Amino acid sequence: MPRLHKDKMRTDIMARIAQTISRSDSKATAETPDITERTAAGGETTRRRRPSPYPHWFLLPAAIIYTVLFLVPTATSFWYSMTRWDLKTATFIGFENFHQFFSEPFLVQGLVNTLIYAALTSAMKTVCGLGLAVLLTSDIVARGLLRAIVFFPVLVSTIGVGIAFTVMMHPTRGVFNVALASVGVAGPGWLTDPALALFSVALVDLWKGVGLATLIFIAGLSAISPDYYEAARIDGATRLQQFRRITLPLVRPATVTVVTLSLIGGLRSFDLIWAMTRGGPGFASDVIASVIYKQYQAGFYGLSTAGNVILFLLISVIILPLTVWFQRREVEQ
Amino acid sequence: MTRTRRATTGIIALALAGIIFVIPFVFIGLQAGKSRTEAAMLAFSLPKAWLFWDNFVAVVTARDYQLLLAFFNSSLITVLSVAALVVLSAMVGYVMQRRPSAVTGLAQIFLLVGLMMPPAVVPTIGLLQSIGLFKTMTGMILIQIAYNLSFSTMLYRAFIATIPRDLDEAARIDGAKPRQIFFRVILPLLKPVTVTNIVVQSIAIFNDFTGPLYYLPGRDNVTVQLTLYNFQSAYATQYNLLFMNILLVTIPPLIVFIFFNRQIVAGMTAGAVKG
Repeated sequence: MPRLHKDKMRTDIMARIAQTISRSDSKATAETPDITERTAAGGETTRRRRPSPYPHWFLLPAAIIYTVLFLVPTATSFWYSMTRWDLKTATFIGFENFHQFFSEPFLVQGLVNTLIYAALTSAMKTVCGLGLAVLLTSDIVARGLLRAIVFFPVLVSTIGVGIAFTVMMHPTRGVFNVALASVGVAGPGWLTDPALALFSVALVDLWKGVGLATLIFIAGLSAISPDYYEAARIDGATRLQQFRRITLPLVRPATVTVVTLSLIGGLRSFDLIWAMTRGGPGFASDVIASVIYKQYQAGFYGLSTAGNVILFLLISVIILPLTVWFQRREVEQ
Repeated sequence: MTRTRRATTGIIALALAGIIFVIPFVFIGLQAGKSRTEAAMLAFSLPKAWLFWDNFVAVVTARDYQLLLAFFNSSLITVLSVAALVVLSAMVGYVMQRRPSAVTGLAQIFLLVGLMMPPAVVPTIGLLQSIGLFKTMTGMILIQIAYNLSFSTMLYRAFIATIPRDLDEAARIDGAKPRQIFFRVILPLLKPVTVTNIVVQSIAIFNDFTGPLYYLPGRDNVTVQLTLYNFQSAYATQYNLLFMNILLVTIPPLIVFIFFNRQIVAGMTAGAVKG
């Protein structure tokens, strides 16, 4: 296969170069690489062989760094996840780490929380992002300023945002509850109530991340030709009908991107949760990524790596079918 | 009629955006200007006396000028890894876009894996230890290159698709070697996407918290995001200094955003839609 490709490429280029040369000549030049290829395989000098103008060694520096520091650890993680490991010696213990992961209630909760958090943040970002994008592509004053305001939190340090919101969500003195109290509502313990903590963090995640979703939707909406809306208006379609029949179907590629990106981000999410609750109270807002860090700190390297493998598999199991499904729907339409 | 409606929608939206998106930043600024006892009340109020400068000095000098060291470390990591990323991923993106082959096909799969998958942290730490790069700036820089390579390459590959092949061939017929074609002809044409890439990657790497947390522990190597995290426990009762620190960390992205708004938007959407 590779050689076929290479030869095809080479003949393509040859043919183009030889546009001014007669037909029989170009045929002759096109045959030369074949011969040299064979001599090269036979171990003779390759000096005469004309190399591709796009040499594969261009990939090499990046490939070395990427392989050593990303691919190798990812591959070996599958082995280490089945060991008891102190970074020097690893003792094979089979699936014990995984067994522990699925039997300890606090670890299982981390798994469930990850799914809830990812689904929730992804759904909220998609809905709010589309809503904001529709508003910010409509004809209103101060549109550019509004776009900038909505987008800016994306660029700010997650830890900084997390700390600021933790303070604002303080159960008695925080800005949120003081504001609620002033209208006579007793505010909840945003981060201290175990039933609420994860959702409070998800809300801050929405605040910080919705700008990116909005931006992608704005790009998608701007690509829709205004002719469609004009035709619909002439036919007497209401705003709602226009949104359902024109905007939603045509903005689909952007929707797919936002859903996929925010799902992946949600499943991997760590910074914000760690800055705001450290997984607490108790284990109420632990997710897989925070479990991985906690087990690492505690010195359970094998267990921590098992968490990593579970996260790897979870993302594969969710994102791959989703991508295939999205693509199939696209073909059907 | 439509004019007034246009104005009212805009004003209502501005008011809401002000409450939702701007108030947290105002809060950070107010807290950073308060005295220690006043900041501990956590109220959304103007400081009785503005202690902005005092707090600034206190944060900068704290722990033997740790914040200055952190800004230096973070900047060094950001500049070096982004510089390497630009050259390396432009080369990869160029060959991947121009030459469909088994090798580039494989590269494509690995890039997608890199975009999606979380890095296996503990095996990476083990590996860094065994090659002597754990807790070193070099190790951190190489990690940032490895982790951001996928996104960066995707940006370049998409952009290179818009550069006509005829240019490469013209240079080749003139006798340019592959290296010369790339560095003399193609790379200068990539300037717009390179600006975008530099801005987007710089912000991502400067703001990265998880990487330094795992791979760069230790007081001498502290980065900006880690100072925040460390101060969070150390300054549990000194909210004025904690918020001054947040404010200082927020300023670099703000400056970049003001000057490179358009490039950031281009990078975020192009990468996102193609990725």
